[in-house]
Amino acid sequence: MQRIGVFICWCGSNIAATVDVEKVSEVIKQEKGVVFATNYQYMCSENGQQIIKNAIKEYNLTGIVIGSCSPRMHEATFRKAAQAAGLNPYMVEVANIREHCSWIHKDRAEATEKAIILVRTAIAKVLLNTPLAEGESPVTKRALVIGGGIAGIQTALDIAEAGFEVDIVEKNATIGGRMAQIDKTFPTLDCSACILTPKMVDCAQNEKIDILSYSEIESVQGFVGNFTVTIRKKARYVDENKCTGCKVCMQYCPSKKGLNEFNMNMNTRTAIYIPFAQAIPNVAVIDPEQCIKLKTGKCGVCKLKCSAGAINYDMKDEFIERKYGAIVVATGFKPIDLDNFNEYAYKDSKDVITSLELERLMNAAGPTNGVLLRPSDNAHPKDITFIQCVGSRDVSGCGKPYCSKICCMYTAKHAMLIREKYPDTRVHVFYIDVRTPGKNYDEFYRRAVEQYDVDYIKGMVGKVFPMANGKLLVQGSNLLDNEQIFIESDLVVLATAIEPEPSVRKIATLLATSIDTNNFLTEAHPKLRPVESPTAGIYLAGVCQGPRDIPETVSMASACAAKVIGLLVKDKLKTNPCIALTNENMCNGCSQCANVCAYGAISYIEKEFRLGGGKTEVRRVSYVNPAVCQGCGACTVTCPSGAIDLKGFSSKQIMSEVETICKK
Amino acid sequence: MVNRDLLLKRAEELFDAGAVERVLGWTNGEFSYDQSPAVFSNKEDLANFVYDAFCGANLSKYLIEQTRQKKKTAVFLKGCDTFSFNQLLNEKRINRDFVKPIVIGCEGKLDINKIKEKVEGVIEDVSVEGNTVTIKTLDGTYTFDDKREFMLEKCLSCRGIAEVEDAEEIDIEHQFVSDGDRFSMVHKLENMTEDERFAFWQAELSKCIRCNACRNVCPACSCVKCVFDNDQSGVWTKAPADSFEEQCFHIIRAFHVAGRCTDCGECSRVCPSHIPLHLLNRKFIKDSNSLYGEYQAGVETDAVHPLIKYTEQDLDPTKAVAKTEGSNE
Amino acid sequence: MQEVENKEFIPTIVAFCCNWCSYAGADLAGTSRLEYPANVKIIRVPCSCRVNPMFILKAFQSGADGVILCGCHPGDCHYMTGNYYTRRRMSLLFSFLNYLGIEKERTRVEWVSAAEGARFSMVMNDFAAKIKELGENKRLQDLRIKGDR
Repeated sequence: MQRIGVFICWCGSNIAATVDVEKVSEVIKQEKGVVFATNYQYMCSENGQQIIKNAIKEYNLTGIVIGSCSPRMHEATFRKAAQAAGLNPYMVEVANIREHCSWIHKDRAEATEKAIILVRTAIAKVLLNTPLAEGESPVTKRALVIGGGIAGIQTALDIAEAGFEVDIVEKNATIGGRMAQIDKTFPTLDCSACILTPKMVDCAQNEKIDILSYSEIESVQGFVGNFTVTIRKKARYVDENKCTGCKVCMQYCPSKKGLNEFNMNMNTRTAIYIPFAQAIPNVAVIDPEQCIKLKTGKCGVCKLKCSAGAINYDMKDEFIERKYGAIVVATGFKPIDLDNFNEYAYKDSKDVITSLELERLMNAAGPTNGVLLRPSDNAHPKDITFIQCVGSRDVSGCGKPYCSKICCMYTAKHAMLIREKYPDTRVHVFYIDVRTPGKNYDEFYRRAVEQYDVDYIKGMVGKVFPMANGKLLVQGSNLLDNEQIFIESDLVVLATAIEPEPSVRKIATLLATSIDTNNFLTEAHPKLRPVESPTAGIYLAGVCQGPRDIPETVSMASACAAKVIGLLVKDKLKTNPCIALTNENMCNGCSQCANVCAYGAISYIEKEFRLGGGKTEVRRVSYVNPAVCQGCGACTVTCPSGAIDLKGFSSKQIMSEVETICKK
Repeated sequence: MVNRDLLLKRAEELFDAGAVERVLGWTNGEFSYDQSPAVFSNKEDLANFVYDAFCGANLSKYLIEQTRQKKKTAVFLKGCDTFSFNQLLNEKRINRDFVKPIVIGCEGKLDINKIKEKVEGVIEDVSVEGNTVTIKTLDGTYTFDDKREFMLEKCLSCRGIAEVEDAEEIDIEHQFVSDGDRFSMVHKLENMTEDERFAFWQAELSKCIRCNACRNVCPACSCVKCVFDNDQSGVWTKAPADSFEEQCFHIIRAFHVAGRCTDCGECSRVCPSHIPLHLLNRKFIKDSNSLYGEYQAGVETDAVHPLIKYTEQDLDPTKAVAKTEGSNE
Repeated sequence: MQEVENKEFIPTIVAFCCNWCSYAGADLAGTSRLEYPANVKIIRVPCSCRVNPMFILKAFQSGADGVILCGCHPGDCHYMTGNYYTRRRMSLLFSFLNYLGIEKERTRVEWVSAAEGARFSMVMNDFAAKIKELGENKRLQDLRIKGDR
């Protein structure tokens, strides 16, 4: 015989002002199965919970219903209270009489009547609840970090620091990412390479960290604590273990026309190359698109010249399968394509460049060895115009609706660096707003304006015209003076919007995690769980989740590491008990349920059944892996015989709720 | 007409050779027109083996039980049965290792109810010669020259034979294939007003005596335990005639076989109240075809049916319903 | 009798809401104090794909005049693909009920995200108004002719 206790919460006046809580508990007392009903000001408070605990013990309750706020708010609280009093936590149901009742209805009689029905419905359900126990699944104590930029590097270092093994999978031939391409960092103006490359070296030297460069994720199976990932190690045609990074091959390689991606294609490189001097691993790679040997079979110079014998033209992509407990996505960003922005003459003039290209032009290891020269004629530019928000905050559909967040600061940085190094240069900046939230950020921007006399113009640029004299005429508006202005410029720099690295889409699919309309990965909660993805065991670091600068990315990376460490220190994970379960006696083994399971939780086994009279028969029946099932219930509706049911949301429970909620 | 003796001879050979332990076929009933499925376990039993114009029953379903007992079973499969057979293989309900399928031609089976409407007196014998049907009753002999007049509803929309892997074939040249539109009646109902449709189905479904014949004969309704007999499903209630179980049985049944129903028409053939149950299943098939692309259950043994897959572009239900309505205009 | 007829018809409406999006959307409607009629009552399910056609039929037979099913927007399902199956199942089921002569306006699927409190309230107001217009639903209770027949 079921003995149900009902607890109606006033939530101060939040519920009690609209719902007659006294009446609700009085009426509910008469319900079948209910042996105790009461109401209290704050059920979630220490005192409220004590009332629940006492009643459970005193009335020997077999199940309880709380009429209160949304179960999304306090279901866990009340389950814990029940458990503390010796009642199975899954014998608790919450009737949402606040969000779904008192807060949205004004008429007291109407709201009270609805509250009674909602509580009755919860009683109808709890009468059919069964005690459930959380399951356990083991944890593989190794983490995977996808992406070897500063986000991935920091995450890996922090995880390794805690003593766990971690692999970095980087699709390029070296780790370092975008930060390696940057010349100086705001707001301190320290050299990007000087602060990044030591961390890269730390990664290479840390025995807990395995860097899988020039590799991509091929497939992902499993679930939190138990991922199995197949990694494609792309053929680099150079044996990583043999190559010493001496670069002799680069001196002799006859194919020199490959565009240098690291320098934003502004100069060329050989077919066999090391992306940049401080690359990690410091190992060459052959670009098969450029290599004469790989394309025609004739050449082989690098192999001849390599004293280490590292060159192998027959190398094939290799597949490695590894198990991980947690996965961090740190795939980063790229500047958007400027195909939709012909007005800035990016395609027409070599002297219209993106900010990232400017970084390379100003970097000592860049195509001009750090001397700022116009790409068209290698002259020193005297008038430089920066255009902000190119493709950012753009609701026209050509660009991105969001703010790319970093552009205001790096443009101030560029302007300042140029004025510092070349004081005879005039620098103009067209901006919509200058956004400088961050420690020492606004001070930084003010320095550009006040100390370095950078000409900030509030307004948009209409068009950039390449002129016959080789200069660029920038036509813009000055909103503060309300006038059209024309600036003859030698160089135009576009603060190009950033977007998630496109490969993240495929990765999101493989990881079964969600992605928004701008291709940013979605966090589990925008405020309270910003570094977790909605899929358990998958974490997000850096710009793959949203635009952010280096300090924010590093914070996020460390936060991810903390989450990962918190997961990996556990030997077992508790699993949600509200999952599907097959009644083997009714299962047809028809395989439809496995088809709709997004998690691959369902498999089939041959099982022997006893018939009467000593006879047996073997039938194919489905088996739900309790560690994999997430409890959505897709299978339950697919099953024609109703052999598969969902614990905690069983067909019988829902049918009973339906019947009760419809009663007038 | 495929010869009974031809099939019988083959069945005997298989027993003689020890190739099978069972033969699934048809046997005589009380009258000359109520042939029913039968499992023959030896050559002697085959004396009762029949094959004629009244062997409409679909044998595929019985293989579930036979193969589970690991008895090598030869089965005669008519066109409609081949689809059901493949579908059951798809659902892993039949252990293929224990089946010897023999696909046989079929020129259409007869509906005794249609005959009874046209003739007087107790029927003694019905014979078919080409398109001519001769019926002997105690009152006299009737001859009709269009067999289609008496053919089972399901035969009038016959789609021929599905390819069965590794099957023997007998006389499949003589196969009737319909050229009619099997959805014409569904169209007609769709074009009625809501009230007319409701009246139609209310009248039809009120005839249901809940004998479960449709469920028992349906190859798709082969659940180890039916949801209506499962007390955990929440539908199981021993209740008065206007209860949930009674009223929604046919809706739930149609939904449960949606995507898996091969449109073999057995449900309507066996219904003692003559409810056109196949019109329920055909609605699902027609809608699914128009919304998710043509799909015929039982053509391939590894096909994935429309209800257990999706595309990101699928219409939302409101638009989908509008489309299924609009498809008649 | 006269009195009964004059009494305002208040339909019974059942809303199945998925835990992750629509139920949270309903919570947000509450938090934002966005009203909708009290006769709309919500049953929480983990995912819209948990809703068996039997639940919907059961609701109608238990006296519901309208049944609405809310889930995450396609592509945003917490369980990745659940609502895609819901979409197909319910499309076919609703079309089928329509075929049986049950007004198609009585059943509906709406996608409501956790952020769409206003949309939840709007959808419920709209649905409740439509059902009120349609009047009482007897058809699924009357699919068999009862009585002395």
